[in-house]
Amino acid sequence: MGCGRVGGQLAGLLDAEGHTVTVLDTDAYSFRRLPSDFGGTALVGNGLDQEALKRAGIEEADAFVVVTQGDNRNVMAAQIAKHIFNVPRVICRIYDPLRQELYQTLGLEAISPTTVFARLLKEKLEG
Amino acid sequence: MYIIVIGGGRVGYYLTKALLDEGHEVLLVEKNATLCEKITDELGSVCFRGDGCEAATLVEIGTGRADMFIAVTGDDEDNLVACQVAKYKFNVPRTIARNRNPGNEPLFKKLGVDVVVSSTNIILEHIEEEVPTHPLTHLFTLGDRGLEIVEIKIPPESTTVGKAVKELPLPEESKLVLVIPTERKPRLATASTILQAGDRVIALTPPESEEQLRTALRGS
Repeated sequence: MGCGRVGGQLAGLLDAEGHTVTVLDTDAYSFRRLPSDFGGTALVGNGLDQEALKRAGIEEADAFVVVTQGDNRNVMAAQIAKHIFNVPRVICRIYDPLRQELYQTLGLEAISPTTVFARLLKEKLEG
Repeated sequence: MYIIVIGGGRVGYYLTKALLDEGHEVLLVEKNATLCEKITDELGSVCFRGDGCEAATLVEIGTGRADMFIAVTGDDEDNLVACQVAKYKFNVPRTIARNRNPGNEPLFKKLGVDVVVSSTNIILEHIEEEVPTHPLTHLFTLGDRGLEIVEIKIPPESTTVGKAVKELPLPEESKLVLVIPTERKPRLATASTILQAGDRVIALTPPESEEQLRTALRGS
């Protein structure tokens, strides 16, 4: 869910590896970021809407990744996938490190690009 | 009581005003600086500018000692996250979230929001009440406890008019509580209560028996 730079690229990589991929975004224009040979499905819809998630096939999904621009939107969609649809693997992006920490302790697999990238930069500078 | 309100829109504004009038200590958190200033002009210094989902903001406003935390922004996801942060990071005893999409209500409850207020549902319920032909009105739902209080009108042409309560094929889990005749005083429903045309019956029922209850009372 979320076809930004990260979402679009991830979808392309997974599709190239032979997975069945569906991309969900509220803006059809965002699908331009998908590679031209993308073989998956691109769907316009709001990932906070359970109907839209069903249309995207969440009930059969093995994994659900949320990478929209909104932290709260990501958190809510991830929790819907995990607690309502029982998707086996759910990963979400949370920019805010504090919120990421909280949701990680609440059992959500959450990555904060802020923390990861800051650490990476520091290592580069020191290395 | 110390109450924190997140979201200075119309709901947040009037809620804060009402809570202040009741003598509570209230702090309203609003992101938008202009809106914040306007609220401060009108209600005094009760508005804090900040993001109510951000832990740093919540530390600053003393969320740890709050008795109640109410999130009423226009976005369901913001309300959910604000309440979760308040609940799980600051142990606020009571969290309340406004909900625009009624479909999200079960999710919110499951995820630790104590009270979910769905504005859409409230409006729907009021409309249901005002439509006289509506066969069954939801008066009150006991959250996830699986029980609701409903009102059912006995139509004048119904086959149940003149029948006693004990003669009706009521679902076992449902209980008739009160019969409100069109003109006389309301009375408690007993097995021998006779139904009259136009009576309004108040009943307790689990949602899954609602349909059977309605059919039993309204006949054909």
